Amino acid sequence: MFLINCPFCGEREQSEFKAGGEAHISRPKQPTELSDDEWAEYLFMRKNIKGIQFERWNHSHGCRKWFNIARDTSNDQIKAVYKMGQKPPVI
Amino acid sequence: MKNKYSIFSLVKNAFSYHENWEKAWKDPTPKKEYDAVIIGGGGHGLATAYYLAKKHGMKNIAVVEKGWIGGGNTGRNTTIIRSNYLWDASAGLYDHALKIWENLSQELNYNVMFSQRGVMNLAHNLQDVRDLKRRTHANRLNGIDSIYLTTEEVKKFCPIINTSQEIRYPVLGGTLQKRAGTARHDAVAWGYARGADEMGVDIIQNCEVKGIKRTFDSVEGIETTKGFIKTKKIGVVAAGHSSVIASMVGLRLPLESKPLQALVSEPVKPIIDTVVMSNAVHAYISQSDKGELVIGAGTDDYISYTQKGSHDIVEGTLNAILELYPIFSRMRMLRQWGGIVDICPDASPIISKTSIKGLYFNCGWGTGGFKATPGSGDLFAHTIANDEPHKLNAAFNLNRFVSGDLVDEHGAAAVAH
Repeated sequence: MFLINCPFCGEREQSEFKAGGEAHISRPKQPTELSDDEWAEYLFMRKNIKGIQFERWNHSHGCRKWFNIARDTSNDQIKAVYKMGQKPPVI
Repeated sequence: MKNKYSIFSLVKNAFSYHENWEKAWKDPTPKKEYDAVIIGGGGHGLATAYYLAKKHGMKNIAVVEKGWIGGGNTGRNTTIIRSNYLWDASAGLYDHALKIWENLSQELNYNVMFSQRGVMNLAHNLQDVRDLKRRTHANRLNGIDSIYLTTEEVKKFCPIINTSQEIRYPVLGGTLQKRAGTARHDAVAWGYARGADEMGVDIIQNCEVKGIKRTFDSVEGIETTKGFIKTKKIGVVAAGHSSVIASMVGLRLPLESKPLQALVSEPVKPIIDTVVMSNAVHAYISQSDKGELVIGAGTDDYISYTQKGSHDIVEGTLNAILELYPIFSRMRMLRQWGGIVDICPDASPIISKTSIKGLYFNCGWGTGGFKATPGSGDLFAHTIANDEPHKLNAAFNLNRFVSGDLVDEHGAAAVAH
């Protein structure tokens, strides 16, 4: 249970948001060229980091916009909030 | 040889005010080298060590545990045991475990308080009814006892359920597995620890793994807070922290670690003599032998290692509990906690070799690992000892995420994961 500072609406309770998992996983540019191993990597394998993790969130009960956050998963502290398309901050 | 627990040993020790009981397991300092090391001293890890020693003759082995044994998810679950899974591979796996449970107290000479009080799953909409009927048929084809109940039969089996058709999610029916039930979770860890210790297994607590030493294609040992331990075989049974261990050798796993919550009420007289689970409204409930209502809630949707979880998840579960059991409206909750569960994309576990020789993973049990403890330990021990999976866990390999041969138990496993 924590607060998230939505870049569009301001600080709200986490329960207003939907977690979208690990961020910066780019869609394969040539899906037909991908091997089974590469598909598995893209679809299923995750970093699942204990520590600072970059992830996507959606303000599903608010503005419904997507954005990124950097969060320490060992204590749920949010280190940075940044918009979709931006590069992850150096932390 | 340890002294056997019995009515006579109880009487004998009463004369010395129970102050001279033999220690159930030693507190050894780690040796320089072991034939195999198990990372994680929960139920699954201790069971793995027990069966490695008992069935595969590997006595020079150690279990290393970051905290204390049974202090992770083994001591944090809602103790439900059942095997009514939809797919053949899962049915084989979980019923193998259930069969071991049925004789476990005798085998370990340790009362794990296994109680076959039955597990009932409720249907709240027409799709639930169809799914549960389909699962009942699948279970029976796999030799698993499972019956479908009408609303009246649900009410008869558990009279405190509100079966009014006027509520938001009315009870339209249910399934019942009578061989299913509960067990005392701590006792499972302690029983396996005592059994493994007796056969010479070193159980090393307060020993955190900091790194894994490897060559290009095999493992050489582990770096721990108690020094380096040399070994050629490492079995990782670290539940929520599996990805952390995997990252030490640069492996990625298809896991996400999320908090799963449970809570217990103040103790009351016996009121519910079975386990009732509800998929659609996500609430499950049973009563411990102490009299507390044991209530399981859902997982948060974000990754976290905090062992806490969000309040809105608990609120949602208690709303559902109160609608189904209005009798509990004035019960007070005593404790709430969270455990970190490692969830696979197909909600089935991984009991598998890896691309690195001598490194084995037993993980991905998600929200339902406790029930499988004995079977998981038995099959993982087989996999480590023979460097090949047993036929019951062959389907639960890591390669299924590459081949696409998933065991999709999301929603098929009688309760939402």
